[in-house]
Amino acid sequence: MKPIIVLGSGLAGYTVVRELRKLNREIPITMISQDSGDYYSKPTLSNAFAQGKAPAALVLTSAEAMEKQLGITLLTHCKVNAIHRLTRQLDTSAGLLDYDRLVLAAGADPIRIPVQGDAADAILSVNDLADYAHLRDQLEGAKTVAIMGGGLIGCEFANDLAIAGFKVHVIDPGPYPLAGLLPEQAGCQLLEPLSKMGVTWHFGSAVHSMNASDTGYALTLTDNSTIKADLVLSAVGLRPRTQLAREAGLIVNRGIVVDDQLRSSDAAIYALGDCAEIDGRVLPFVLPIMQAGRALAKVLNGEDAKVVFPYMPVVVKTPAHPVAVSPVARDAAGAWQVLASGQGIKMGFFNPQNQMTGFSISGEFTAERNEMTKLLVTI
Amino acid sequence: MKVLQCVVCGFIYNEVDGLPEEGIAPGTAWADIPADWACPDCGVAKADFDMVEI
Repeated sequence: MKPIIVLGSGLAGYTVVRELRKLNREIPITMISQDSGDYYSKPTLSNAFAQGKAPAALVLTSAEAMEKQLGITLLTHCKVNAIHRLTRQLDTSAGLLDYDRLVLAAGADPIRIPVQGDAADAILSVNDLADYAHLRDQLEGAKTVAIMGGGLIGCEFANDLAIAGFKVHVIDPGPYPLAGLLPEQAGCQLLEPLSKMGVTWHFGSAVHSMNASDTGYALTLTDNSTIKADLVLSAVGLRPRTQLAREAGLIVNRGIVVDDQLRSSDAAIYALGDCAEIDGRVLPFVLPIMQAGRALAKVLNGEDAKVVFPYMPVVVKTPAHPVAVSPVARDAAGAWQVLASGQGIKMGFFNPQNQMTGFSISGEFTAERNEMTKLLVTI
Repeated sequence: MKVLQCVVCGFIYNEVDGLPEEGIAPGTAWADIPADWACPDCGVAKADFDMVEI
């Protein structure tokens, strides 16, 4: 019997396998990983440095243990060159592999913004455990870090590196922190707590050029101001990994297009996680991945399941001023209202029927996350 | 008293310590934590994820 092949060993890949094994111990499963296959929690990469965590300490379960526990064949450091849909084969660095069904859980690549200058190649991004190891090496002896991007990952890194004693610059073309997730009054709550820790904000601007200098790097921003930094970290967002799917002729939009059963335009190929666009949405967060993993496990087991996304609050790990948000679509009709304020702010998003469809809570109000989620109207 | 770990994110819950900041008193057994409780680190609901005894 040909195996189900799962491409990718991140949260998406391991979740679907773990869930499928709860339902079925018999189906042969092969997992392909481009790295070591060790299981770690990617969200911890942006708040592990201040805790002094070495990369190995972030590994929750080794690849060998996962392979045994889940009863799978795990191919590590394996590169996939092409998907041959007609013959249901993968062309890989480990040879041609037959699949019965294929699950694409390949993740996403960091978006790189073009930057001028002789040192632009030195810009780091942290998208996996090996990147985190590299970041730790590079931070050795550094004092000042410039972070491109003031979104979720940028703010988490800024907070973490500030705790660790670095002077941090955050550069973002938007108007305030977390502008893609939070209303202005909520996002602005982060300004002062992080400033006090040594974070300097540069909004409405981007890095134009980066050149080597005697003491590190000299950055020129698009507003013509200059910054000196020993290290530059880019955290401007993720782009779904879709190249293999595209080359194989699958329908790809922003992500690999799948329906509510996680099925792509080829009925034998499924996708989930950061590489997938499920019913029009790319949701690179833990909770949607768990939901999709569970639904896909049932589908692969021959059950008639569909993924349903409940409200899925996102927690921003900024201990200087913690935030939890149940985001609303950019074009959603309605308005944000302040519900309470104090050491933080509690806001709700109300639709024209005056029903709460989203919230943003910060500081002292983050403890109300579960209560707030229950108050959201089901649509 | 048990120590449990979220398999998704590695968050550790120690029954001895509880989670006072989440309103869970020290000494609270895992079984006594409400079903709608969510992991403070990754947000996965109690009923939705496996905890392993470590």
